[in-house]
This record gives sequence, C-alpha cells and structure tokens, in this order.
Amino acid sequence: MKSYSIRILKDRLLKTMVIILSVLTCVPLVLIIGKVLLKGYRQINLSFFTETTPSTLDAMLAVNNNQLIPGGIANGITGTMMMVLIATVIAVPIGLLCGVYLSENRKTRFAGIIRFLTEILQGTPSIITGIIAYIWVVVPMRSYSAIAGSVSLAIMLLPLIIRSTEETLNLLPESLKEASLSLGSSYTMMVLKVLIPSAFGGILTGILLAISRVIGETAPLMLTALGASAIQWDPAKPTSAVSLLIWEFYNDPNLSNMIWSASLFLLILVLVLNLTAKKIAKKWKI
Amino acid sequence: MSDKIFKKLLFVSALVIMIVCGALFYSLMSGSLPAFRELGFFRFIVSSEWGMNSDGSEHYGALPFIVGTLMTSFTALLLCFPFSLPVAFFVGEYYNNTVVAKVLSTIVDLLAGIPSIVYGLWGFYVIRPFMVSLGLSEQGFGILTASIVLAIMIIPYSASLSAEFIRMVPRELKEGAYSLGATRAEMIRRVIMPNVSSGMISSYILALGRALGETMAVTMLIGNTNNVPISLSDTANTMASVIANQFGEADGLKLSSLIAIGLILFIITAIINYIGRLIIKRQSL
Repeated sequence: MKSYSIRILKDRLLKTMVIILSVLTCVPLVLIIGKVLLKGYRQINLSFFTETTPSTLDAMLAVNNNQLIPGGIANGITGTMMMVLIATVIAVPIGLLCGVYLSENRKTRFAGIIRFLTEILQGTPSIITGIIAYIWVVVPMRSYSAIAGSVSLAIMLLPLIIRSTEETLNLLPESLKEASLSLGSSYTMMVLKVLIPSAFGGILTGILLAISRVIGETAPLMLTALGASAIQWDPAKPTSAVSLLIWEFYNDPNLSNMIWSASLFLLILVLVLNLTAKKIAKKWKI
Repeated sequence: MSDKIFKKLLFVSALVIMIVCGALFYSLMSGSLPAFRELGFFRFIVSSEWGMNSDGSEHYGALPFIVGTLMTSFTALLLCFPFSLPVAFFVGEYYNNTVVAKVLSTIVDLLAGIPSIVYGLWGFYVIRPFMVSLGLSEQGFGILTASIVLAIMIIPYSASLSAEFIRMVPRELKEGAYSLGATRAEMIRRVIMPNVSSGMISSYILALGRALGETMAVTMLIGNTNNVPISLSDTANTMASVIANQFGEADGLKLSSLIAIGLILFIITAIINYIGRLIIKRQSL
C-alpha cells in the first residue's frame, strides 16, 4: 500500500493534466479564428459580395499601391449556393425515404446491408467522390460542370442525411404509429403526416449539419466543377465555389490578401449553419 | 393500393444506396483496370517509380503514396492522442453534465466544422514558418507539418466518441471503486479504462479513417514530392494529395493510375471504418 499523500498527489496531478491539456486543445480553434478574423475583415465590403474575382494584374496594381484589392467572390458565392442547392435537391428525397425505410425495417437483412453500405459511404474520403463524379458526369458530358460538383457533394450528403433521419425516427415512440394506424390512417398517411412531421426538427437539423459539412469541401470540386472567373448560372458549365476561390488565391501570390476574407466568409457560413441547426434541434426536441 | 406504391418507393430509395455503392466500386475498378493491366496489380503497389522514364516509357507505382499516407496518418494519430484523451475525460468524467464541459465540447465540435482548406491555410501561414524557425526543415513542408494539422483535425472525432463511452460506464461500478477507498485517478485507471478500452480503440480507428482520406490540408503542407518518405521531416505525397495535385492534367495511363490509387484508398478506408464500427457494435451489445 502506497502512502496516502502520494495517492492524493497522483490524483491531483491527473486532474490538473487533464484540465491543462483540454484547455490547450482549444488553442488551435482560437488561433485559427483569430487569424482569419484579423487578416480577413479588411477586404470585406459590399463589392466583396457583388463583384467577381479580380484579374491577377488588377490585384497586383492594387497591392503595390497599398490599396484594397478590387472585386470580390460573387462568382464563388453563387457557385457554392447553386451546387449545394442541386446536391440538396438530389440527396434529401432519397436520403429521407431511405432513412424511413431503415427505421421501419430495423431487423431485416436487407436493411442491415443498406446500413452497412451507408457507413462505408460515410467514411469514403471526399476526394473519391470527386473521382466518381468525374467518371459519372464530367467524362460523358465532356465538360467540367456544376452538376458534376453537385453529384460529388450529393454522394457526401446522402449517408449523413440517411443516418440522422433514421436516428431521429428511431427515437419516436411506437405508440405514435399505433395510434395513427388505429385511427384508420393508411401507412402512407402515417409516415407522411405523423412520423416525418414529428421528427421534422431532428431531420432538418441533420440536413443543415450535413450541408455545413460539405459546404467547405474543396478537393472533390477541383476534379468536377473546376472553377470560373465569371458568375456562371448554367449548371452544365465549369463553375466556381468559395472554397475553390480560396485555392486559387492560395496559388496566386498577388491575390493572397483575399484568402482570409474568403475563408472568413466560409467560416461564418459554417458557423451560422451549425448554430441554426443547434437552435432547431433545441426548439423541436422530441 | 397507394400504400403498396409507397412501400415500393421506400424500398427503391434504399436500393439506390446499394446501386450508388455498387456503381462507385465498379467505376473505380474499371477506371483503374488499364493501370493494373499495364503495370500489374502487385507491381503497381510495390513500385516506387512515378512518371516518365528516360526512354520515354511511362511507369507508375503507388508505394510512395501508400507509405506517405500511412506515415502521415499514424503520426497524426499519435499526436492527437495526448489531447483527445484528456478532452474525453474532461467532458465525460470530470465535468460531466456541467456548463464547462458543454463549452469545451462545443469548441471541440467547432474544430470539426472548420473546412479542410482553412486548416491548410492556417498550417501554411502559421505552422510552416514555425517549423522553419525550429530548423526542422528548410521550407517547413513535410510529413510532420501535415501531421500536426491533421492531428488537430481529427481530435474532435476521437474525443467526442471516447467521451460517450466514458459516460456509459455504470455509476455503480464507479461508486464501488470509491467506496473501496480508491481515488478518482485510481478509479479511472482500474474501472473506467478497462471498461472503455475497446470503445476507445474504435474511436481512434475511426479517427484514423478520417486522417487517411484528408486531402486539402495535407496537399498544402506535405510538399508534394513523389519519393518514398523515410523520416518525418521528408516531403512526400499521400494518396489523396497526389490525386488532388495531378488529376487535373492527367490522361491515359497516368489518369488510370490515379484512379487506381483512389481505389486502393477507398478499400483501405472502408476496411478501417468497418473494423471501427464492428468494435463499437460489439461494445454496445
């Protein structure tokens, strides 16, 4: 038996270590947000949202004269919005129905296989979904396009939406279903008018969190959407995205002042989506 | 009648997932077939050449990237361990259900929300100069730089899952240990750790799965060279980063080789994830 004071000392030591290391873990977040805020806020003004990316030459002249770089990231914002929208339109109906299927058939073998495949899909690296969208969409269409980008994002959204839908539906009490069926509603009615509305908050939260996960994706878009210097509304043409613009700015020393503003925009977008999702989750708690 | 159609619809949507997965695997396979046929599957994996030979013939091998991926991911895992473990105990045991724990877990969750490319930028402008000033390498690029950033990126995944397992340890067991006179540290070592060890291992396996496929941050920091890395300060390429770097201008055999690397990466992450989930299922039964 070790002496009492040594045991107490060890206990205190462990607790102190846990606290110190936990606090240290927060440091990177503070540093990253601080860096992005401090370096990014200067370029944020109205034209940042309404104008397209400046040419390298314009940017160089502005930097040499110690002015702000003219132009903005409008082409990226519209591109991101369009691709996320198309991806959501593709992924939400399938994901929702598949989630309902998995929750309704919890024990069957087929559902087990689908669940397994969803997990595999969820773990698939984002760059792989880029390759896939390249093979499926870019090669047959012979052009990089927003559609290809959306397909890669949709493949990433699907498993996230399926899992959150299934998990939310599993929380609903069985009696809810029985009550609805015993009142004479058909199965379809029960799912559409009882199950999904009751789980609406959880499902919406899942969708928003899923979107916040893919909105900053860069790698798959490099292989599919490629990028464009003008605002592009035709989804069959190469399109830019905020994340792609950051990558462009990173590779072009003249535009490096814009990097942080674009990152700030992306961070705020992700943060707002996350907070909204959390709020909805709290308000619509089952 | 409409019920039947609706049930069919549900079934079909589940079938879509199966088709997507099947088609995904098939496309990767058929895309990488030319490379395997030309270079041989086994030779492709163990060969370390990448690019044109002096006589104009092309030869591609995945070894540098497989080694690069494994070195970066495992280094990141080692580096994340001393931080994610304390966070898990902070949130799941010491301050379970308190405001401080909620704040900490929100902060750690936010770490998971930061896009990969922003991590890459931060690593490039903050960590890389730091590595240079330490004199670890001339330019600051390399496996270690990439691993440090990667470690920060995977902390949330391992920490939040581990915390959940720690929370699941029955109260009676902990109180039993206390009533026998154990200190909290002793209780953690003798009661919590044996109970959560397999769950914790699974959380780190899943974090490893994340690290293997991370692309942008690694691409921006690892230095992008096609050699087999030997030490941590070497520049290299991971499987994901070589695809991100070279896919755009690749065609023919090179394109096929890159898709083949994608296939290998897909299989490795699928296996890692499968093992991780399997352990979790065993644990929760």
